Amino acid sequence: MKASTINENEESELWSGGNKPLKASYGKMMMWFFIVSDALTFTGFLVSYGFSRFKNINSWPIADEVFTHFPFLHGVDAPMYYVALMTFILIFSSVTMVLAVDAGHNMNKSKVAFYMFLTIIGGAVFVGSQAWEWKNFIKGEYGALETRGGQILQFVNSDNGKRASIREFSKSIPTDRSTHLNSKGIWFFGESSLPTVSLLEVKEGFKSDNNLLIRTEYLDDKGQKIVLSREESLDIIEQAQIVVEGANLIRNEYGNRLFANFFFFITGFHGFHVFSGVVINIIIFFNILIGTYERRGHYEMVEKVGLYWHFVDLVWVFVFTFFYLV
Amino acid sequence: MGAEHKLEIFRGLLKFKSNEQKIWGVLIFLSIVTIIEVGLGIIKPAFLLESFLQMKILNWIFVFLTLVKAYYIAWDFMHLRDETSGLVNSIVLPLLILIPYLAFILILEADYIYDIMQAGFQSWNF
Repeated sequence: MKASTINENEESELWSGGNKPLKASYGKMMMWFFIVSDALTFTGFLVSYGFSRFKNINSWPIADEVFTHFPFLHGVDAPMYYVALMTFILIFSSVTMVLAVDAGHNMNKSKVAFYMFLTIIGGAVFVGSQAWEWKNFIKGEYGALETRGGQILQFVNSDNGKRASIREFSKSIPTDRSTHLNSKGIWFFGESSLPTVSLLEVKEGFKSDNNLLIRTEYLDDKGQKIVLSREESLDIIEQAQIVVEGANLIRNEYGNRLFANFFFFITGFHGFHVFSGVVINIIIFFNILIGTYERRGHYEMVEKVGLYWHFVDLVWVFVFTFFYLV
Repeated sequence: MGAEHKLEIFRGLLKFKSNEQKIWGVLIFLSIVTIIEVGLGIIKPAFLLESFLQMKILNWIFVFLTLVKAYYIAWDFMHLRDETSGLVNSIVLPLLILIPYLAFILILEADYIYDIMQAGFQSWNF
């Protein structure tokens, strides 16, 4: 009886030309074509990231020092653990998706629905994790100064080599300077917010604490950031122009400006893919519940969104490697 | 629909009884690879930090393990293993030709620009 059902389906899956090229249904093949073109789009992004990185190979930020947060562990240095967790979440939601496809082959409606539900949860958790990651990245941790040439100057304690936060060592100097709103002056000038400490406060605080040194964005041959001597530090801090806290599309406290731009763009584009995947999965999920595919006689739709979902997972594997590991 | 699944991975070294078992097997394999990657990334063994072909050996290992993971995701989760070789080739070959090509020309160019910025008369740190 089962065999006859399969034959019926195969007949209904013929393309208009009367056959079935490469033994794949039309929808599935078009999904594959989309995935190939989308893979090339991501290639373009990741390769241009590689281009910028090799172009600035001696001054690129070290990912281990940027992504150090883990939920509920405040002040604990946890490089990469969180992204690793995100990777597991996404791989696991991929697995539940394959299980849903597999259950679809066996026409087991309740099982397909259950696994689709788990997949949606996994995707939602992943998108939420990425939002949290962005929040930490945008907020920043230690703060830095930027020189006229656009180089980032960070601060370290000379005794233990740990990073120093500009909000902690800067001197408090009263000032009348307030946020310039365009309602209070020329309308086309304005600023969104002032840094929590001013350039003068950071400079004075740095000069009064002999324990502090400046760390440049340049790497030595061991791949560590070069730390200047106290004299060099006092010399170079005079070139500082702006206080940088956290990250935006113009500058970031981690180092090279392009680093934050690529981070926002590539993880953002990937996150948008995950988000659309979750939305499509939800639509499919409700279609399963109301029995659309049961009536159609097959669950190929689940297989097609499954392909997309695995592709998103596949891209994350590459983003994970090139942004966080390498 | 109802297509037969090939249940072997590692060139037949490991054969599963059902498709569902194979999925869990691949999950375990992918998890192990990810744990190795993260472990290496945290420990950073000194002997792997030597440079090889302009990149640290460790980074080459990461790229290789990523490709291994990509293979198993595509072949088992996206069940390319069960498709006809024509479909597999028409998907994989364009990517296999275009991606290394693009990566090669752009990274070579980036390396050239890096050399120019180091050796040129222009100061980039002012």
